[in-house]
Amino acid sequence: MLSRTADHLYWMSRYTERAENLARMLQVNVRMALLQRQSDEPDQSWAATLAMIGQLEAYRERYSAVTPERVVDFLAFDESNSGSIVRDLRAARENAHAVRGTLTSEQWETINSTWLEMRGHKLKDLSTDELIEFLEWVKFRSHLVRGVTHGTMLRDEGFNFTRIGTVLERADNTARILDVQLRLLAPGGVGQATRADYYKYSALLASVSAFEIYRRVYRDRITPARVAELLILRSDMPRSLHRCMNELVVYLGEVANDQSAETIRRAGALRSTLRYGRIDLILEEGVHEFLTGFLGRVRDIGRRIAEDFLVSTTG
Amino acid sequence: MMMPYDEMRDGEGRVRGHYREFDSWLAGMPGDRLAQKRVEADGLFRRTGITFAVYGEEAGAERLIPFDVVPRIITAAEWRKLFKGLKQRVTALNAFIADIYHDQDILKDGRIPPEQVLCNTQYRPEMQGIEVPGDIYAHIAGIDVVRAGEGEFYVLEDNLRVPSGVSYMLEDRKVMMRLFPELFARYAVEPVQHYPDILLDNLRSVAPPGVREPTVALLTPGAHNSAYFEHAFLAQQMGVELVEGQDLVVRDGFVFMRTTRGPQRVHVIYRRVDDDFLDPLAFRPDSMLGVPGLLAAYRAGHVTIANAIGTGVADDKSIYPYVPEMIRFYLDEEPVIDNVPTRILRRPEDLAYTLEHLDELVVKEVHGAGGYGMLVGPKASRAELEQFRGLIKAHPGRYIAQPTLALSTCPTFVDEGVAPRHIDLRPFVLSGRDVRIVPGGLTRVALRPGSLVVNSSQGGGTKDTWVLER
Repeated sequence: MLSRTADHLYWMSRYTERAENLARMLQVNVRMALLQRQSDEPDQSWAATLAMIGQLEAYRERYSAVTPERVVDFLAFDESNSGSIVRDLRAARENAHAVRGTLTSEQWETINSTWLEMRGHKLKDLSTDELIEFLEWVKFRSHLVRGVTHGTMLRDEGFNFTRIGTVLERADNTARILDVQLRLLAPGGVGQATRADYYKYSALLASVSAFEIYRRVYRDRITPARVAELLILRSDMPRSLHRCMNELVVYLGEVANDQSAETIRRAGALRSTLRYGRIDLILEEGVHEFLTGFLGRVRDIGRRIAEDFLVSTTG
Repeated sequence: MMMPYDEMRDGEGRVRGHYREFDSWLAGMPGDRLAQKRVEADGLFRRTGITFAVYGEEAGAERLIPFDVVPRIITAAEWRKLFKGLKQRVTALNAFIADIYHDQDILKDGRIPPEQVLCNTQYRPEMQGIEVPGDIYAHIAGIDVVRAGEGEFYVLEDNLRVPSGVSYMLEDRKVMMRLFPELFARYAVEPVQHYPDILLDNLRSVAPPGVREPTVALLTPGAHNSAYFEHAFLAQQMGVELVEGQDLVVRDGFVFMRTTRGPQRVHVIYRRVDDDFLDPLAFRPDSMLGVPGLLAAYRAGHVTIANAIGTGVADDKSIYPYVPEMIRFYLDEEPVIDNVPTRILRRPEDLAYTLEHLDELVVKEVHGAGGYGMLVGPKASRAELEQFRGLIKAHPGRYIAQPTLALSTCPTFVDEGVAPRHIDLRPFVLSGRDVRIVPGGLTRVALRPGSLVVNSSQGGGTKDTWVLER
C-alpha cells in the first residue's frame, strides 16, 4: 500500500478518535462543574484540561481568564483552533477524501455526512443541555465511523493502519484524561475517596464509558486505586491502556516491514509493562509519573510508525 | 442556418430504422415514468460519487454532470466508418509526433510551416531525439467528432494530452442497464465495460523494453482536481495504484513509489497531470504535483509516460488544420473523416474573409480549452462581435475560424418533455501494440435549447452511446 494512503487512513482514524475523546473530556468537565459546591476551591479543571492536551498556551494567547464558556467554545467549536473538535472532524474528512478510493462507500458516506451535519449544527451560544447533546453526537458519530470500518472494510493493510491510528490515539487520550482528573481529585496521591468524591469518580468513569464496567468487574464501592487499575491495567476494558497496547501490537505485527523491528519491540515492551504491571507498584511510583512516562513512550512509538511506514525515508 | 440533422428522425419527421424499437418502447411508457427514472439515475450517480469539482466554487463543491436517459444510437455501418477514420487519424497523429521529435520530414517537405510547430508553446525541445516504446506518443486519445448530415462526420478537435470523460462513458452504460434492462433485450448493443481491461493491457504493452511484469500507476494531481473522480475510478477498475507526485521518487534514474513495504519500482505512469507540472526540475519549478527527476528517468528509457510529454504539439488548434495533410504524408491515404473546413487567421486571405463574415463563423483561440475562449458568431451580441474583432486584429495568429456547423441533434429528456438537443461524440482511441477503440464513446449533449456548447464546464450533459452489433 502507498505510504501516503496508509498515512491518510491512520490520521483519519486518529482525528476521529481525538474528536471523540475531546468530547469525552469536555463532558466530564461539564458534569464535574455541575457537582461543584460553593465551598469548593475555585475551579481548576478547565485550566488543567487545557494544559493536559497542550492547548493552554494557545488559549492564553487569545484570552486572559479561563472561563468554562470560553474553554468550551475554544476546544469544541473554534474554527481557528487547530485542536478543536470541529477542526478534528474536518481533518478526518479531509484525510478520508484524499483516499476515497480506498474507503468503502459506506465509510466515506459516514465520515462525509458527519462533517456535513456538523456544518449544519448550531455552534454558537449553546445552552448546557445543547452542549451535552452536541458532545454526545460527536461520540456517537465516532462510534458509527468505527462500526462502519469494522463492518465493511477489507482486512488488509488499510484496515490495520486505520486501527493503529485509533488505538494509538485512544491510549494517549485515556492516559491524559486519567492523569488530569486524578490530579484534580486526589492532588496528594491516590488514597481513599470521600463520599463527595464518589460522584466525581463516577463522572470520570462515565466519561470513558467505564461506569457500568467498573460495577461489573469490582462489584464494590469506587476507590481511586481501582479506577486507575481499570483504566491502566485491565486488558478487557476497551479503552484501557493495556487493551490499546494489546491491539497495537497485533496490528503492528500485521504490517511489519524491513525497518520496523525496533518499533515493534518498543510497542511490545510497553505492552509488557502493562501486562505484568501491578497497581500497588504504580501507585507507589506515582500515577502521574507513570502516566507521564507512558505518554512519552506512546509519542515515541507514534513517531517511529510515521518513519517506518508512513513517510518514506528513502526519498 | 439549415435544419440540423436529427439522429432519430429524418427530414420528414419519420423515425429512422435504428430508432424504431426505441420509439415504440418510448411510446409505451407511462408519462411520468421517464421523470421517475431520471430522479433514480441522479440518485445512482450521487451514491457512487460520480461528481466533478467545479473550479471557482467553494472548496469541496461537487456537482453531478447531468445524465440524459435517452441513448444516442449509432448503426454498425456508421461505426465501421468511424472506427476506420479514427484509427487512421490517430495513427497519423502518432507518426507526426514521432517525426517532429526526430527528423521533422514533414517540415522539410514543406507541408507545415516549421514555425507553426517549433514556435508552438506545446512543442517540447526536451523530447527531441528520445526513443519511446513502439514510437507511440498519444496512447490515449479522445477525438471529438460531430455529425452534420447523413454519413457526414467531422473531427472537431483532437485531445492528445490528458483526455477525460471515459468514466462517464462507463457509468452511463451501467446506469442505463440498471434503469432500462428491457431496452437491452430489444437491441444488441456493443459492450464497453471492458475498457479498463484494454486500457491496462495497452499501458503494459508500452512498458520499457525487457520488463516482463510491468507495474503501472496512475498519476493524479490530487483530490482537488476536477477529474479526480475519474482518476480514482480508473485506478480502481484497473487495479493499479493511484499516486500523487509525492508518492513517487526517482533514484539512480529509476522511478519508485513509496509504500508501507518500502520503495517499489514503477514502469509505466498513466499520468493525468499536464506536462508543465510533471517534473519541477525540467518544467515549472514551482510545481508541487510532479516528481523531481522524472524527465531524466524518462529520457533514460526507464519509465514510460502515457501520454508522452509533448503530445500537445499535435492537438493544438493551430496544428489541427494540417491533420488531413499528415494523413496524406505519413499514410498515403485520404482522410476517412474530414476536418471541419478551417481558416487559419495568420493567413491574410483567411483573416480578411473572417473579419467580413464574423457573424457567421465560430472563432476559436488556438491555445484555449473548455469552450471559454470562443466566439459563436450567429449567437453573439454586437458587443461580443466587436470585442472579438479587436482581439483578432491584435493577434490574428492566435485564432482559427470555422463555419457554424449544424451539429446533429438527438432527442433528450428535458423539462418540456423529449426534445432535440445538439450532441457530439468523444470516442477514446487506445494506441499501443495496435489501435483499439471500444465501440462508441462519450456523447455530450448541450442541454440548453439551440446551444452548441456541450462542455460539462458549460452546462453540458452526457448520454449513453450505443453502437449496434448489426
